[in-house]
Amino acid sequence: MPEVLSIALRTVAMAALATLVMLPPGVAAAWLLARRRFRGQVVLETIISLPLVLPPVATGLILLSLLGPRGPLGALLGWFGVDVVFTWRAVVVAMAVMGLPLLVRTARAGFEQVNRRYELIAATLGAGPWRVFFTVSLPLAGRGVLAGAVLGFSRALGEFGATIMLAGALPSTRTIAVAIYTFTETGQEAAATAMLGVSATIAFGALLISNHLATAGHQWRSS
Amino acid sequence: MVRSISILLAVSVAACAPSGESRGSASDGRPLLVSAAASLTGVLETLTAAYEQDTGTRIELNTAASSALALQIIAGAPVDLFISADLFQMDRVEDEGLLRTQTRVDLFGNQLVIVVPVMPAVPVVPADPAAMLASAATLLQPGFRRIAIGDPDGVPVGVYARSYLESVGLWDLLRERIVPTRNTRAALATVESGAVDAGVVYRTDALSSNGVRMVFEVPVADGPAIAYPAALTRQGSNPAAAERLLAYLQGPAARRVFEQAGFIVPEARP
Repeated sequence: MPEVLSIALRTVAMAALATLVMLPPGVAAAWLLARRRFRGQVVLETIISLPLVLPPVATGLILLSLLGPRGPLGALLGWFGVDVVFTWRAVVVAMAVMGLPLLVRTARAGFEQVNRRYELIAATLGAGPWRVFFTVSLPLAGRGVLAGAVLGFSRALGEFGATIMLAGALPSTRTIAVAIYTFTETGQEAAATAMLGVSATIAFGALLISNHLATAGHQWRSS
Repeated sequence: MVRSISILLAVSVAACAPSGESRGSASDGRPLLVSAAASLTGVLETLTAAYEQDTGTRIELNTAASSALALQIIAGAPVDLFISADLFQMDRVEDEGLLRTQTRVDLFGNQLVIVVPVMPAVPVVPADPAAMLASAATLLQPGFRRIAIGDPDGVPVGVYARSYLESVGLWDLLRERIVPTRNTRAALATVESGAVDAGVVYRTDALSSNGVRMVFEVPVADGPAIAYPAALTRQGSNPAAAERLLAYLQGPAARRVFEQAGFIVPEARP
């Protein structure tokens, strides 16, 4: 079943890309929320977490009204010749937005567990804030960030509601979840089952990796 | 471990690159974008594949619930041709002034039918596989404990089913037994599984399934008018090609395919 395989490959690639896209803002937000007190903190936290509680279709609708050719961001991007709706970019955006809250929450817990004293010591030894972040905070929070990335990636893999609103179910943008919907919708049970098998295998692999990471990190830390 | 993850990411991103730019921003050479109700995926895949082969026109089919498709078009999605499973969603797009005038047409119709599981838990209808219900009122028999229909508050097939049951005075009597589902496929699957004793679905769905038996066909004259409207949208990039495709979908070859799937195709237009 070449179609099933190409859809699976595309989904994994898009989810990986979405994870890369959400990492910089996600880690920054996680660090900010863990280490700084600032005005509008609650608002930032709420906005990031919104996709977690909103129905995914509603998130898709919000993204569509922002990024559609008639939306403010969509119009701006269109002016630069960049289409979002119904392209692979839409898939990545939908996945990244849906995965971000999981990344931020997990990474934030990671940063909160870093002993503040190490950061302060680094600062007294003359390290600037950036250097402290990259050589002390980030490595010590690494496991949390990594776990968050794997969670965000897994969420991205299974994303359906926002994707089908923003990216449609075109042959060129179809992900595993959307394909399963289309196949069941058209009574192609065999294809749906095949897709289901592939999806379960990938999810199994992702969980295996994340568990492996967790134990590896544990050994590394206790040694 | 960090390295193994980054290798994995690098490989997958590399794999994604060639599939990337399938819808560029240039308007020429762009495939025709057809947004169609999910229930039409099968027939339209057959027809567009044939059309692509005959004419060399490339077509991309975007299939979802008609309500989602309408929202996408209203948000500005560059759809060339919209085929809706119900009139209301097409009306919404038309009311926004997004259809090309004079292109809207009802492609074909459908019919409501009552189906029962092939192997019902409680045999509520005569075992004879050819037996039909005398009328929809047979559903009042106590054996029909649960009846699946599309959600009557918005899913087209459910709205139609309620409007029919209301018109024959059965809605209030059956109300307690109704199991709303999210679309016609879900209603069909619920009947197939035997979780309900009967269901009201489209004739086309009943014909596509081996797990259900049609026991009553709502006469077209008695039931609500079920039509699938199609129209060109204003934001399509290639109206001439879209118009040719729409004409093809009304032509004899397409009519045969629609008829075979169980749709009710109107008499040929002059």
